[in-house]
Amino acid sequence: MLDAHLPHSAVIDRRVQESPGIFSLRLQYVDTNVQDVFEFQPGQFNMLSLFGVGEVPISIVSDPDDSHFFDHTIRVAGRVTEALSRLQPGDRVGIRGPFGRGWPMAQAEGQDVVVVTGGLGCAPLVSVIRYLLRRRDRFGDIHILQGVKNEDDLIWRRQYELWSREQGVNVQLAADMPGKEWPWQQGLVTELINTLDLNLEKTISMLCGPELMMLAAIAQLRDLKLDDQRIWLSMERNMQCGFGQCGHCQVGPKFVCKDGPVFCYSEVADFLGAKGF
Amino acid sequence: MPTQHIAPRRPGFMERERLQDLLDALRLLGYRTLGPVVDEDTIQWREVDAIDALPAGVQARQGAGEYRLEVQPDDRLFAWNHGPQAIKPLLFSAEERLWRERLMVDGQIEIKQTLPEVEPTAIFGVRACDLAALALQDRHFLSPQHPDPHYKIRREALFLIGIDCAFSAATCFCTSTGDGPSLGEGFDIGMAELDNGYLFWGGSAKGSEIIDRLSLKPATEAQLNNMIQGTDRAAAQQHRFLPGETELKQLYEKLNHEHWDEIGERCLSCGNCTAVCPTCFCYSTGYQRTLDGRSAEMKRQWDSCFSPTHSSMGHFMVRGETTLRYRQWLTHKLAGWQEQFGRSGCVGCGRCITWCPVGIDLTQAVAALLDGGLADA
Ligand SMILES: Cc1cc2nc3c(=O)[nH]c(=O)nc-3n(C[C@H](O)[C@H](O)[C@H](O)COP(=O)(O)OP(=O)(O)OC[C@H]3O[C@@H](n4cnc5c(N)ncnc54)[C@H](O)[C@@H]3O)c2cc1C
Ligand code: SF4
Ligand code: SF4
Ligand code: FES
Repeated sequence: MLDAHLPHSAVIDRRVQESPGIFSLRLQYVDTNVQDVFEFQPGQFNMLSLFGVGEVPISIVSDPDDSHFFDHTIRVAGRVTEALSRLQPGDRVGIRGPFGRGWPMAQAEGQDVVVVTGGLGCAPLVSVIRYLLRRRDRFGDIHILQGVKNEDDLIWRRQYELWSREQGVNVQLAADMPGKEWPWQQGLVTELINTLDLNLEKTISMLCGPELMMLAAIAQLRDLKLDDQRIWLSMERNMQCGFGQCGHCQVGPKFVCKDGPVFCYSEVADFLGAKGF
Repeated sequence: MPTQHIAPRRPGFMERERLQDLLDALRLLGYRTLGPVVDEDTIQWREVDAIDALPAGVQARQGAGEYRLEVQPDDRLFAWNHGPQAIKPLLFSAEERLWRERLMVDGQIEIKQTLPEVEPTAIFGVRACDLAALALQDRHFLSPQHPDPHYKIRREALFLIGIDCAFSAATCFCTSTGDGPSLGEGFDIGMAELDNGYLFWGGSAKGSEIIDRLSLKPATEAQLNNMIQGTDRAAAQQHRFLPGETELKQLYEKLNHEHWDEIGERCLSCGNCTAVCPTCFCYSTGYQRTLDGRSAEMKRQWDSCFSPTHSSMGHFMVRGETTLRYRQWLTHKLAGWQEQFGRSGCVGCGRCITWCPVGIDLTQAVAALLDGGLADA
């Protein structure tokens, strides 16, 4: 019987240090049969385990069409991510997944896409941006709004600059505390939303980052009269199993791991921002 | 999988002295037989090979934060109303190994599923509420997408002899949740304890076959009446209740009710309620390494939404305060479950009331939260 608890061994093919506390791993399943059937959607995640140390949920950031490898971008947050950061090419991790529901990419076809992120660059949305850019003709305008605290927090800075040069791509960055070299805006990412001229019938928005930021962004988008069905967000909660069994990730009646982590705003509106959920 | 129900009851009668025959029949078929036994001053599931081990005349007096066994001059063996655990621990183990991995000399890592070894197990005297809880746990652990192999193996080895309740404990309220006191479904053999013997009927093909082999006389009218008297008495003894599921859903509209704080001040956040609750399914996982560092095991352990780490996000806890944890427990159990499983997660067994060290009673909490009127049950 297939056992969703059971990881498969994967080997690190490449490791990239993205910023002092953030690194990316390119992985491949040791068993080619497992790699061959591994399919995912942007926004889904894997459970990564490190021998004898622990297991953590991490989004998949590579493109679903890359069938030979899959990538994770990880921020050192504590015990397990710290240990993962010391791994080198050739080292092994355990992988279970993919789990959860990803971004509504089918619904986004033909739409303008507003991508809003806060905090330290949000892995689940980087995969969306890359996905959109690789299939440019299938989507309308792309607005990338990213807020950071300090300008140093912005990883993939070069990426943002490259993205901004693409046709129909509008990149807006805001830093709470920008330095002298900051070419973008000062302030909060939510202030950037007001500058948008949205086509309400043809826009979908995707949010990721701290929940307070997302709440503020949702409030702005709703002020602009964007329909709740067009507002999507990715959530994080403590996760032990990843497939709706251990109970840890519950937010009200939702299991973030299997009903999400990507939710339509209307699905979680009652609980988002409510203390204790 | 879960046993099929063959309705309706067409019971046969067995004298009390012959009960051993059924036990023997099951053991002959290769079953390990578990039954209720008095152990550590409570009723516990233990291996039983002779009916003398069953708790003759024992009743369990239960109240909020109270459990006391009393012996009556009576030769009934099932007059007690349940011990601290339903069937949950026999299927969803309090601690178990999920898999093991080994570091090989060539740097490869070998990962192996570890499954429990099980024996066919028959359980004597399972209550209607326990069976209702089992059906819920089945839905959870045997979901079509991700059936749990550990649970499944144990579940498939189980043979269940259910029993109607002829008495209720003061903490029971299964009539209001619709889960008892008479057996519904989900058992292989159904049984009722009469004043002077037992009625038995098949609940599954396997169970019917065994009953047929015992060549019991069809129950008389008087015996059937005696059976109904029993469940009627049990129902009449219940005075606690929960409102209907539509009302329970409204708990989500009472998130800021001050009563949560009142309970939060009493609650010790000990997790007894979730440990004894036959439907709670939360667990956490963690590695255990061998001393030589060359192999490691992934274990899962019961967890509780009352434990501090349940909602940990590293730098903060979603539910740092006891009030929020109690609110999680009650709203999940009674409202969240409805969206997740199509019914409330409470089967009215009353264990969380009995085993709460400070006697918090969920039926009272619900009454207070849903605005009085129901409070003085
Ligand atoms: C669906 C999902 C996708 C994620 N994707 C990514 C990603 O692509 N890149 C990335 O860097 N991080 C991601 N995270 C966050 C990542 O899982 C945590 O940073 C990680 O669990 C921290 O573990 P630790 O042992 O290093 O930290 P510790 O602080 O030591 O962890 C302590 C406990 O808190 C839990 N915890 C801490 N932070 C989080 C968190 N943010 N979310 C859930 N549980 C947490 C841990 O599981 C652990 O139980 C994701 C989380 C979720 C739920
Ligand atoms: S919530 Fe309490 S009464 Fe209801 S099933 Fe669980 S332990 Fe029994
Ligand atoms: S969240 Fe709490 S009430 Fe719900 S299943 Fe887990 S331990 Fe039980
Ligand atoms: S992570 Fe276990 S239920 Fe969601």
